[in-house]
Amino acid sequence: MKKVLSMVLVLMLTCVLCASAEQTLVIGGTGPLTGDYATYGTSVRNGATLAAEEINEAGGVNGILFDVKMEDDQADPEKAINGYSILVDEGMQVSLGAVTSGACLSLIEEAQVDGMLVITPSASQKECVQYDNCFRVCFTDPMQGVYAADFISDNAIATKVAIIYDKSNDYSVGIHDNFVSRAGEVGIDVVTDQAFTSQSNIDFSVQLQAVKDSGAELVFLPIYAQEAAYILTQAKSAGIEATFFGCDGLDGILTKIGEGNTDACEGVMLLTPFAADAQDEKTVNFTTKYKEQFGETPDQFAADAYDAVYAIKAAMEQAGITDLDDPDLNEKLISAMTEITVEGVTGTMTWDAEGEPSKSATAVVIKDGAYVAYSAQ
Amino acid sequence: MKLKKATVNKLITYLMVIGMFTAIYILNEGGYLSRQLQKMLVPICINIILAISLNITVGFLGELTLGHAAFMSVGAYSGCLFSIAMKETLPMAARFPLAMLVGGLVAAVFGILVGIPVLRLRGDYLAIVTLAFGEIIRNVILNIDFFGGASGLKGTPRDSTFLIAAIVVLITMFVAMNLQSSRHGRAIMAIRDNRIAAESAGINLTYYKLLAFVLAAFFAGVAGVLYGHNLASITPDKFDYNRSIEILVVVVLGGLGSVRGAIIAAIIMYILPEYLRFMKDYRMLIYSIVLILMMLLNSSPAAIAIKTRIREALSGVFKKSKKTAINGKGGSEA
Repeated sequence: MKKVLSMVLVLMLTCVLCASAEQTLVIGGTGPLTGDYATYGTSVRNGATLAAEEINEAGGVNGILFDVKMEDDQADPEKAINGYSILVDEGMQVSLGAVTSGACLSLIEEAQVDGMLVITPSASQKECVQYDNCFRVCFTDPMQGVYAADFISDNAIATKVAIIYDKSNDYSVGIHDNFVSRAGEVGIDVVTDQAFTSQSNIDFSVQLQAVKDSGAELVFLPIYAQEAAYILTQAKSAGIEATFFGCDGLDGILTKIGEGNTDACEGVMLLTPFAADAQDEKTVNFTTKYKEQFGETPDQFAADAYDAVYAIKAAMEQAGITDLDDPDLNEKLISAMTEITVEGVTGTMTWDAEGEPSKSATAVVIKDGAYVAYSAQ
Repeated sequence: MKLKKATVNKLITYLMVIGMFTAIYILNEGGYLSRQLQKMLVPICINIILAISLNITVGFLGELTLGHAAFMSVGAYSGCLFSIAMKETLPMAARFPLAMLVGGLVAAVFGILVGIPVLRLRGDYLAIVTLAFGEIIRNVILNIDFFGGASGLKGTPRDSTFLIAAIVVLITMFVAMNLQSSRHGRAIMAIRDNRIAAESAGINLTYYKLLAFVLAAFFAGVAGVLYGHNLASITPDKFDYNRSIEILVVVVLGGLGSVRGAIIAAIIMYILPEYLRFMKDYRMLIYSIVLILMMLLNSSPAAIAIKTRIREALSGVFKKSKKTAINGKGGSEA
């Protein structure tokens, strides 16, 4: 009897030792997991979890495993702080910030006090990386507006452009303003500029009629997929022939519009650094695994989150972190961020001290209900 | 000394709130609170202030208004602009109380401006007009670049602390409960109970209605200032009618006209969704179901009947023991 008992005790002890030898880095993020923008939060959660699983399977970083935790913030700045605080209670050491800009702005105020490294996958507003500890994977709103105008004029897609944007949304306004000012410089004619607000975002017949009357060749939609889904279905029944062109917020449109309606999205172009059908090894690996695990094609939010976790891995390696109890962990990771290069699924990225990534923008087109990389005809 | 029942009730409320605040303050200073709870303290206080202030119009005056968030936004924007302008010139100890005063007063002025035409209406009409007014304010703020438009007003110093918020809650409570038992309060409640009778008794309807309305607007404005100084940025879309309705839900749940109920309901309504987080994606669904259940338990006739029966059974036990005591006494005298 005694023998058995001692055996059990020894076994338990080894288990304890095993467990304590492996450290786990808690990576926390907040995002809308319920509510209107839930697709974004869910995508980010899936993408980040997938990256962490891959890293853990490969043995982690210097024996340190990754654990991704996401809290719901419903895209609300107050709830983002609550989510962040819960994650701090749970031992978070690196933050994925918040998925949406408004929420991220309030979150970084807290993170700045803690001095924690923040890499937001998708908060695109300029001020979201205003502190030294904050970095991002996506483009900023101003950059997207400029890139979109350049892309349209460089590829000679259209010269007469109509815009429909959400005046009550900071993301939309940010892209819109920069697009309009850039359009004048590159010779794009904005024939009509239609606005709506989040209180009237279901019926777009007025705006679409104006677009139709203006004779625009292209409709620029710097908005989120939810509203774009309404616009596209209504545009189809209104018989508008123009091409629709959006930014990263339009990503996820195929899921939003639902099976069977995807023909309304036919030919829609998105400016995004990620194309799910790209043939390089990384993207193929990411897309197949993502489909297997979550049953849908990854969008750009998932890709950004996936890259964000890999950026954390790179920073950990660069800083040579072997012990998470290191008192200088935050400083080491933050200074490592500007030294790393990440070859991710959204392109090859390096970061400057401002926290902005440098990568090139590409466009995808929706063909036969799937995202296909854009190639100039 | 015999205290009036109303006074005892008031004392219980004060003791409850002060006791709770002191306990939390001590725990917080000692570092015993989780980060999650620490960060929830100020928002809970803001919700309490909003609920008590809306209770003045909905509970005391008996008029349904759906524009409370608009007064909050007016207060938030004016208070935050004041703080941003005075960031360098005034120390926090002087700046923040002044900002709250500014926010409250501006909201009160808007309360008068809106109240004069709007309070001629009653019931559903008033509710709709206040709803419309709230939307107007939100859209005006959204379209003026000076207020930061859709991306919001940034750069407000984060001055809100639990101590300040708790003091404001106590002031709001004090004003609301004193109003309730004052001559003015009785006049306001007389209007609620019977408008015609109140008018024929010589009560100036317009004056008292406006008084309640403006007082509610003032405290909503102060709550807005606290809200703005708790977050780094405020955006107009956080002050839409959904927020007005959220506050109304708290007031209805707490019991119309009951300050203590409003406080308890405000705390529950804020904490509940946060502590339902373990439900993951079903959180908001469960939250809604709990809300329905709480409303039913609070106000359905069947639930009330059960509650009265329990109360009677309980008081029956007490009464019996009291009765025997009295009887015994009487017997000895005879």
